[in-house]
Amino acid sequence: MTTLLAAILVTLKLAGLTTLILLLLGMPLAWWLARTGSRWRMPVGALVALPMVLPPTVLGFYLLLGMGPDGPLGQLTTALGLGTLAFTFPGLLLASVLYSLPFVVHPLQSGFAAIDAVVLDAAATLRASPFDRFVSVVLPLSKPALLTATLFGFAHTVGEFGVVLMVGGNIDGQTRVLSVLLYDQVEAMAYADAHRLAAGLLAFSFGMLLVMQWLGRRTALVHD
Amino acid sequence: MTEPAGGIELRLQWRRRNFTLDVAVSLPAQGVAVVFGPSGSGKSSLLRAIAGLEPAARGVLRIGGETWQDAQVCLPPHRRRVGVVFQHAALLPHLSVLDNLRYGWRRAGAPADAMREWIDKLALGPLLARSPATLSGGERQRVALGRALVCQPRWLLLDEPLSALDAERRAEILPYLEAVKREARIPLLYVTHAVEEAARLADHLVLLDAGRVRVAGPALEVLNRSDLPLALREDAASVIEASVLGHDEHGLLRLDTPVGTLHAHGPAHPVGTRIRLRVAARDVSVALSAHADTSVLNIVPAVLQSLAPLPSGQFQLQLLAGGACLLARVSHQSVLRLQLREGLAVWAQIKSVALLV
Repeated sequence: MTTLLAAILVTLKLAGLTTLILLLLGMPLAWWLARTGSRWRMPVGALVALPMVLPPTVLGFYLLLGMGPDGPLGQLTTALGLGTLAFTFPGLLLASVLYSLPFVVHPLQSGFAAIDAVVLDAAATLRASPFDRFVSVVLPLSKPALLTATLFGFAHTVGEFGVVLMVGGNIDGQTRVLSVLLYDQVEAMAYADAHRLAAGLLAFSFGMLLVMQWLGRRTALVHD
Repeated sequence: MTEPAGGIELRLQWRRRNFTLDVAVSLPAQGVAVVFGPSGSGKSSLLRAIAGLEPAARGVLRIGGETWQDAQVCLPPHRRRVGVVFQHAALLPHLSVLDNLRYGWRRAGAPADAMREWIDKLALGPLLARSPATLSGGERQRVALGRALVCQPRWLLLDEPLSALDAERRAEILPYLEAVKREARIPLLYVTHAVEEAARLADHLVLLDAGRVRVAGPALEVLNRSDLPLALREDAASVIEASVLGHDEHGLLRLDTPVGTLHAHGPAHPVGTRIRLRVAARDVSVALSAHADTSVLNIVPAVLQSLAPLPSGQFQLQLLAGGACLLARVSHQSVLRLQLREGLAVWAQIKSVALLV
């Protein structure tokens, strides 16, 4: 397998799994943030948004310490017989989930907040249980928000670099993703390869945004 | 479906930062109970608490032998067999009218007959394929009404269902509400701040003020009491039950009422139809003798029962005419000139009678 193909597969696997985990975790979290009156809402909201402003290397540094043999997470995984997570794919996955969290939670949160509470009350008086209401009312009404969250989560994970370098390292076929490969190619002055890869990532990002714009326009039309 | 007979026992308390709802009232198992009160009196909070939508509300709620809430039990909203029509309909925006109707019907396991019956009675057939966003306000409320009824609820709650509509739409939907009142075979709780709606629909009336029940009882009794804030309003009126005796070619109805035979303009109704009349206090004056030379059609003998000064400087008179009460408003000057006092026999001149149909 060529280095490029391996990096593409690792990147797709990482972005796909990260997005899937984030949707599962992000939905209840975003629902809570959108609806709760709890005094914990603001601190939790700030914590979720932190990766947006934090230098990725800072997040990576703390994760590296935490996952190391002396870190709390490292001790836990060692006790469970899993060894340490640093420089492994699961470690990289954990870092990606944290790093891309706000990019999934925020669109979901604004989508959920836009749902009229009285519509959910009406569904409740029509015999729908809380879970039933989530599936039959909240999810269909949040379709645009779900799509945005999925695309953002995926694209943002593909684009990460600092966290990957700190936590995942650069192991061919395991933790080397496209953005790191590009860095390697530039380091090795393989500019022709770097051009190909950079142009590919540019086209991918542009395509993602184009799809998002198109979806946004379509939902706007539907709502008219 | 047979239900054990018995009324509704309602005792609910709910404390919020600066508002306390504390309601204890029993309601009949039949007919329309109107909860009437100014905005902020807790009407809608009470309705939401009954539906189970305010989990902080405590107390007892029993309906015909079914316990929805007491010290041990508090059913969540989806386990209460309740139907709710919200002020702004609250249709599910992503579903068609038909799917809105099916939403609760399927979950309640109601029979197909119920669906057919209410689509028919509320004339929903032509709307079924439409999306809620394309409906008028009146149509939306009709769908909301149908959506609640096809679930065959034990109790139907309506939260100011007409307040978001203009007069024309209101007139369009009122006949449907009358049909529901006649044919739903379940009690209705109707929350409103519009005295017209209360007078027209109520069998039982609960006056709510600052979260507490000020008075509750049979509607006509409560509506005609002169010692309540209702009677002090500019639009104070008495409400009388009547049955149609006939009508002439000019559109004048002859009505048999406890007050005597009255005449009123209005649409033709079959002889024997029972309707309610609203006689505004400002449309009633008194005379010491029966005048024949007046344009006023309705002049009935009455006994002056009480007179009370109003903040406006006028006097409000309570008259007993036949078997019913009438309110009248006269000036201070007239009270002195005619020497009006309790027990005096007078003639009540009723300038206009509104049909509540």
